[in-house]
Amino acid sequence: MDIVFAVGLQVLSGVATLLITSLGLAIIFGMMRVINLAHGEFLMLGAYAAILSARAGLNIWIAMLVVAPLVVGGIGLVIERLIIRRLYGRMVDTMLATWGLSLALIGAVTMIFGNTVAGFSAPLGSFAIGSFTASAYALFLIAAAIVLFGGIWALLRFTPAGLIARGTMQNAEMASALGVSPDRVYAVTFAAGSAVSGLAGALIAPFSGVVPTMGAAFIAKSFITVITGGAAMLAGTFSASGLLGTVATLGTFATTPVFGEVMMLVVAIVLLRLLPQGITGRFFRRSL
Amino acid sequence: MSDTAMMEVAELVSGYGRIGVLRGASFAVVRGECLGILGHNGMGKTTLLRTIMGLLACQSGRIRFEGRAIERLATHQRARLGLGYVPQGRQIFPALTVRENLLFGGIAKSGGAKSGADDILARILGDFPELKRLLDRPGGALSGGEQQLLALARALCGKPRLLLLDEPTEGIQPSIIAAMSERLHDLRARYGLSILLVEQNLDFIRGLANRALLIHRGQIGREIPPAALADPTLVEEFIAAV
Repeated sequence: MDIVFAVGLQVLSGVATLLITSLGLAIIFGMMRVINLAHGEFLMLGAYAAILSARAGLNIWIAMLVVAPLVVGGIGLVIERLIIRRLYGRMVDTMLATWGLSLALIGAVTMIFGNTVAGFSAPLGSFAIGSFTASAYALFLIAAAIVLFGGIWALLRFTPAGLIARGTMQNAEMASALGVSPDRVYAVTFAAGSAVSGLAGALIAPFSGVVPTMGAAFIAKSFITVITGGAAMLAGTFSASGLLGTVATLGTFATTPVFGEVMMLVVAIVLLRLLPQGITGRFFRRSL
Repeated sequence: MSDTAMMEVAELVSGYGRIGVLRGASFAVVRGECLGILGHNGMGKTTLLRTIMGLLACQSGRIRFEGRAIERLATHQRARLGLGYVPQGRQIFPALTVRENLLFGGIAKSGGAKSGADDILARILGDFPELKRLLDRPGGALSGGEQQLLALARALCGKPRLLLLDEPTEGIQPSIIAAMSERLHDLRARYGLSILLVEQNLDFIRGLANRALLIHRGQIGREIPPAALADPTLVEEFIAAV
């Protein structure tokens, strides 16, 4: 019985990690059709923002939950103004530009802080499930994923700003003819997606370690999750991270972490062969 | 340029790529009137309204709205000045409910501030009682006639002073066309609206417009005499004479 709980917790925290690290990418891709290849570096910047402000003496929770999203959201706002805005509707150019941005960010951070792994211990202890011990931080991560996902969903579903965002996503031309400035909606969306990525980077920092290249470990998985999810950005990301996170974690348990990821990729490939439009191309089509 | 003109369009040129559609269109809308622009397909009716709204760049020419040059403004700025747009094909947000479509029209200009949006919704539902039972349906699930009403109601939620209507009768049953004409008459009086209507349905223009102009190959022709407007054969002769 204990092992069921222990594995269950592990699976849930695997799913939560995938969900958290994919949401920022999903928002930017789902709303703006912009593929942000610097997504992994936004995670990395969030982790650095958290660790540096914590080292400077700030309360660690404030560093992770407030400073990281604010800093990366601000960086996102500047990047949207300088780069993304000039490339709307040019998907390939955007990918190239954000890839360059990704390399530049890795280079800049390496130059300033060095290519060393900075430790950042999980700020909660561990607890026992029968004969197993589990990290309390895993529970916190699951709760954070639920709150973050629920918060974004409620914001889009129930607030006027969310209504403007959803309408603009469906028909930007008509939205502007009714008086909405699409430029502004896109700027806010990109900043919000960046902030979510920054928060995600801070949240995963305690178990991933903080290095300039840490984004590379997450970006592929985030992409696969968003693409497997399909058109409905929230329902898609949620269902895809649920499925792929479970496969990867169980695969890891049964064999090795490497093989767990291989299994996840195989499932994603098979799924996309069967459902080329992603999960939400077939199911939950009317959801967000 | 006269004092009574609400909107003046002068020598407007626009189109898609190198293909010119509007070739120097000029006309004025008088405050309070409904001006009909009649023309066959491909004569530039939709291009004219899209250029006035700023959805299509104007290559040359001028557009003045209430004394202000607007031809270089962004679309949303023109909407905020008081232009309302009911496009061809209705362009309802398909995954938003009818209520959300209407609310969108009410809050779009304030950038999402919700002040007074519920009052606007209540008032517009008084004008469009048939939308009440549809409020929670997705806009994409409505019939063509219902979508047309919704598009009109959504535009009115933004309190425009000049309404641009692009072929409101397209794809609508004849019985609903008559009802819509009556509805527009009524709304015009109550909201103090000016209307610019482009149509190829002669009956609809005759029923609603104070005056009618002809659009032909991207230029605005003479005013169609009211006597001619009453008689389809005379209109055909008039068009042939242009």
